[in-house]
Amino acid sequence: MFFKSTLLAGVAIACFATAGSAQTLRWGAARDINSLDPYSYGSTFTISFLNHVYEGLVRYNADLQIEPALATEWEVLPNNIWRFKLRHGVKFHDGADFTADDVVSSLARVSHPDSPLKGNLPAYKSATKVDDYTVDIELVGTYPLLLNDLTNIHMFDAGWLKDHNAELPTDVAKKVEGYPTFHANGTGPFSVESRVPDSKTVLVVNDNWWDTPKHNLKRIEFTPIASDATRVAALLSGEIDFTEKAPVQDLPRLEATPSVKVMEANELRTIMFGFNFHDKLANGQPNFFQHKEMREAVALAIDLNLIRDKVMRGKSRVTGTVVAPAIPGYDAALDVPTAYDPDKAAAMIKELGAEGFAFEIVCANDVWLNEEEICNAMVSMLTRVGLKPTLSIGPNAVQQIKQTNGEADMFSFGWANEPMLDAYSILLQVFQTKSDKAGVFNWGGWSYPELDKLIIAASTELDRTKRLALESQALKIVKDESIMLPFHQQPMAWATSDKVESVVQLSDNKGRHWLTRMTE
Amino acid sequence: MIVFLIKRLANAAFVMLVVALMAFMIFRFVGDPVQLMVNEQTTQAERDELRERLGLNQSMPMQYLHFVANAVQGDFGISYRNQQEVMSLIAERFPATIELVLMATIISLVVGVPLGVITAIHRGKWYSEGLQFLSIIGVSLPSFVIGIMLILVFSVMFNILPAFGRGDVVSIGWWTTGLLTASGRAALILPSIALSFYQITLVMRLVRAEMLEVLRSDFIKFARARGVPAWRVHYSHALRNCLMPVVTMTAMNIGSLIAFALITETVFQWPGMGLLFIQAVTFVDIPVMAAYLCIVSFIFVALNTLVDITYALIDPRLRNAKA
Repeated sequence: MFFKSTLLAGVAIACFATAGSAQTLRWGAARDINSLDPYSYGSTFTISFLNHVYEGLVRYNADLQIEPALATEWEVLPNNIWRFKLRHGVKFHDGADFTADDVVSSLARVSHPDSPLKGNLPAYKSATKVDDYTVDIELVGTYPLLLNDLTNIHMFDAGWLKDHNAELPTDVAKKVEGYPTFHANGTGPFSVESRVPDSKTVLVVNDNWWDTPKHNLKRIEFTPIASDATRVAALLSGEIDFTEKAPVQDLPRLEATPSVKVMEANELRTIMFGFNFHDKLANGQPNFFQHKEMREAVALAIDLNLIRDKVMRGKSRVTGTVVAPAIPGYDAALDVPTAYDPDKAAAMIKELGAEGFAFEIVCANDVWLNEEEICNAMVSMLTRVGLKPTLSIGPNAVQQIKQTNGEADMFSFGWANEPMLDAYSILLQVFQTKSDKAGVFNWGGWSYPELDKLIIAASTELDRTKRLALESQALKIVKDESIMLPFHQQPMAWATSDKVESVVQLSDNKGRHWLTRMTE
Repeated sequence: MIVFLIKRLANAAFVMLVVALMAFMIFRFVGDPVQLMVNEQTTQAERDELRERLGLNQSMPMQYLHFVANAVQGDFGISYRNQQEVMSLIAERFPATIELVLMATIISLVVGVPLGVITAIHRGKWYSEGLQFLSIIGVSLPSFVIGIMLILVFSVMFNILPAFGRGDVVSIGWWTTGLLTASGRAALILPSIALSFYQITLVMRLVRAEMLEVLRSDFIKFARARGVPAWRVHYSHALRNCLMPVVTMTAMNIGSLIAFALITETVFQWPGMGLLFIQAVTFVDIPVMAAYLCIVSFIFVALNTLVDITYALIDPRLRNAKA
């Protein structure tokens, strides 16, 4: 088995002719994709990369609005059935036609019990073919967010899956490799020419794409470069044309280089801090965080602007609510950060009799930007108002166990509302009372029946305006009760070489190179 | 001799079992792979079910026994992160690491041996003292700093060598090599220099110490007295007598170079086993971590066993010793 030459044998001889030419985009990414199979691992980055190769029934346009892709129109029928009309004349990269069978087969694959991505289609029940270009999708109940979910469900060719014995998702527990892990056959603007994991994945343009291309690329050479310093060096020396992660500390250097262009924005992800709501702290002491006044005092004691200016180098966006402005359900009226008032905080803590209250803040050092520095700043700010916080810092894989077990008195938390792009995502998974179906990330163990009622009402409200109003109401309770303290939206920075004419950068931080143009 | 062989092999097998056991004891603290495998919208029930299917709910001894039983049959499972067979994943990366390590070893010998001789012969001269001083810097600079400095100078400032990757490779059967293409050779230069820095110093100091020893011995004095030219005395008679420990140390150090290449590989995005391991740690990819640790310990154990057996062949006293 050691001698088994997998895909290397076929792809090792790379192409010399076009490398570095004007229409090749050399993409230096901070990490590799996990697999060529979009249904393999719950990774937003992998799915967004594979969106160059595979497509869904609907997609987001340049304004983050949902528009038709492989489906042209849809309607909601009685009994929770959604009917989709499919686009005619779409072909897979291997030449097969895209039809209703492909949709049925793809949905069956992604919703199979072994699929790590089945959570992306929470309301799905079944799909049936009506005719070659019409599909009915049945849901378990009234559910307004099907289209949002479908933007990330990529379509496979049914015949191709069958021929390669891949109709079921790859199951890691069975210890057998799957064909789509190394091969791809989508309908998208690019097809996969070769892939060597951790070294290079090459995409070439699909001339038979159904849509009119806005890009002028011929090839995309995707190379992961995990080390920040090396990635910056590669950009400065002209070895890559694009990176979706320019390190914040190197931005001044990159901006000063004439051949490099930096694009900055704020992410959809909101960074916040949560509290333990259980009766006892992790150390067995009584828990003052159960009092709303205590949580408010903590909010007053933290100088968010100082963290923005000193720790985040002025590049983050301070926020008063737990979702970013681009997320439907966001309410500008709630987005008022708590004003810094340490004296008031100290007085409130005194009144509660919580002076010298000792607790642990659990942070990771490898997830959010400058997280360790933020947590250190918090410790000193909270110490100043009479509390006794200690900091526990470590890699995410270790810290997350404490957080999920409810052993973290205060913890850092980030939520982007991906892939749904709707505030319902955070309400359901973070703020609803923990149960089998909801509150997976309800790490503190909070429970507000009134809030649950609003969230459940939103989950079945088909009228968008009414639904978003319900979500905003729910977010108001989150804010009024200070369940979590919103901090900021992280900065994100892309950088391109001067060979790139234009790149579309949206706040979901996904590269969409079917919209990228290079200088001729 | 056969008894000795069996003993050595049994020892080697025992060491590997212990390494695997320690690895599994550590895995309890590296985190929960399930949290990273599924995405945000997965319900708690689905998470629990996946954990159950992966066997992560079993007790540590049970997981260890399953692992050993499968590993004996050559089955290390498939990676959680990229769903490839662990053995073929490692086999893919193996040539990259070996090429890097061998190149670093060659550089360390080609540079280290002459430097060692020069500093021994010209002891006390300003330039040999200077080299000695520089070698301290070579030992004390962390290898990622050396790597980044090399990238800064040769990629960013002079733009003559690539900063990352392995260039174009050619596959010969299951083996891949970058030595046959221009870009592959260019890509090999910086990482192998970065990796060899520490080794150069080690070789140089070892050769110097041995040379000083040998130069004092009688046969060198006699050779000098006989009028043999100085360069022949130094490079032919003396050097040959101090190469034995250098060769032994170099062979033994190949194992640690393979293990420690992971820092160099991370800095240069060199697609070798070390990079694979680092990424496996971030994703709590237990099958890959377990297999990597076993294979690296196998290389160590194999090299040591080979050295022991060779010594035994050379020295009959060891064969009969009741070790």
